[in-house]
Amino acid sequence: MTASATQRAIDAIWRIESARLIAGLARLVRDVGLAEELAQDALVAALERWPESGIPDNPGAWLMATAKHRAVDLFRRNKRLERKHEELGLELEAQQARTVPELDAALDDDVGDDLLRLMFTACHPVLSTEARVALTLRLLGGLTTGEIARAFLVPEPTVAQRIVRAKRTLSEAHVPFEVPRGAELEARLSSVLQVIYLVFNEGYSATAGDDWVRPALCEDALRLGRILAGLVPKEPEVHGLVALMELQASRLRARVGPSGEPVLLLDQNRGRWDQLLIRRGLAALERAEALGGARGPYTSQAAIAACHARARTPAETDWMRIAALYEALVQLVPSPVVELNRAVAVSMAFGPAAGLEIVDALLSERSLEDYHLLPSVRGDLLVKLGRLDEARAEFERAASLTHNERERKLLLDRARASSRTST
Amino acid sequence: MRFMILIKATKDSETGVLPSTELLTEMGKYNEELVKAGILLAGEGLHPSAKGARVKFSGGKRTVIDGPFAETKELIAGFWLWQVKSKEEAIEWVKRCPDPMPGTESEIEIRQVFESEDFAPSDPTGELMEKERQLRERTESKGR
Repeated sequence: MTASATQRAIDAIWRIESARLIAGLARLVRDVGLAEELAQDALVAALERWPESGIPDNPGAWLMATAKHRAVDLFRRNKRLERKHEELGLELEAQQARTVPELDAALDDDVGDDLLRLMFTACHPVLSTEARVALTLRLLGGLTTGEIARAFLVPEPTVAQRIVRAKRTLSEAHVPFEVPRGAELEARLSSVLQVIYLVFNEGYSATAGDDWVRPALCEDALRLGRILAGLVPKEPEVHGLVALMELQASRLRARVGPSGEPVLLLDQNRGRWDQLLIRRGLAALERAEALGGARGPYTSQAAIAACHARARTPAETDWMRIAALYEALVQLVPSPVVELNRAVAVSMAFGPAAGLEIVDALLSERSLEDYHLLPSVRGDLLVKLGRLDEARAEFERAASLTHNERERKLLLDRARASSRTST
Repeated sequence: MRFMILIKATKDSETGVLPSTELLTEMGKYNEELVKAGILLAGEGLHPSAKGARVKFSGGKRTVIDGPFAETKELIAGFWLWQVKSKEEAIEWVKRCPDPMPGTESEIEIRQVFESEDFAPSDPTGELMEKERQLRERTESKGR
């Protein structure tokens, strides 16, 4: 194997092993930040040794054994961690004294639980949302700091700092490495789901930058969602979120035109929708509904996405059902953004005037003041009602509010199209 | 990126010898690992080629040939569709697969699936440009 081939193989092994490695270590040392550093040390050791010695038959076990040795060494030597040493050193050494196979077996038994604990810890409410996202991608997605920085278009040092601070916060707050129980579970689970969906959405319609979609980020989020569904298979909303992401991802390749411009849902070539992802999405939706999740926010949104996925042509879309689903969703999670989406569905089901009525009621909504989709939707409806001068002003306003270049161009084109038709 | 993982046929698989309970259990465990890692999109085992057929194309002519087919090693006994980050990741996963054909030499082949951007050169203008034109003129509501 050449040096670069070994390097690529190690990258792949890291992607497969890092989350369970960090999770297993975190259970051992009860500190996610320290666990990650130990795992990184083991990776560095692998990068040094494997090009010479070749990749071992069981690279995961090698990394774990190396990291465990480092943990023991560190606890013995590092004065900075004296306090932890007192707390944990004895326990660790005692564990180390036991036979290694026994320890390995114990670690293997609990891999699923460890991963789940890691997910809940990375998405802990003491952290800011940004920190949760960065930490989840880093610890569970196996992404490097550079990859996360590129995905969210922020400088790499910012991400590095965010991660360092997040790990320190967790440590200082003595956040336990555990899966919350009872009533707390639901609240914490929703934080995990929110983080995953946030990552997906950033890939699905980038809030900033030159690209309208970043499919790699969607893939990362989908992978995390699928892993989570495997870890907590009885939680309906997890399947609801997976369903929503699979269904939305099925349209990714139809969503972008030849020069990178956005192609809106009703203009998409449905032949380019990914039927495999649609089937997977519909199956996940069925599971969510069978588990009693029909009224969960993600499951509801997945049900809406499923209406689009089932329609072979735009004309076959069941807008009545979509409008009804949005009505229920607004009751469930009252939000001006959901209400705006409902307005679109209502306009399709009952005509543009009915939609405009809902949109106009949102104009005084302060949280939508800078939301480019409000004037964008209003512009659509005004065009349909033949009020083209007003529509042009709305599209121009929408263009001035978006931070995505592709979207800005599209909106300015629409503004121009409105004025062309009106003169 | 997606990879198609092809399990090559052997004499046993082609004569319809079913896998042992042990192998089925091991494969089940492996499949579960693939699901839990979030990479498995689809996968199936295939009946022997005796139950299959081929359609041969030659100019305008179509000829149907019934199985079984002779070149066992070139035939497929099963497949998975995986979503992974790199070919190396697919290789690492395949290396962890239980021996699919115990007692005989066999092979698993890894092939990358085309993505839409791979076709960009063969879709120069045509339909996609037409879509763009429509996009500019139509002002249908934005939705997801």
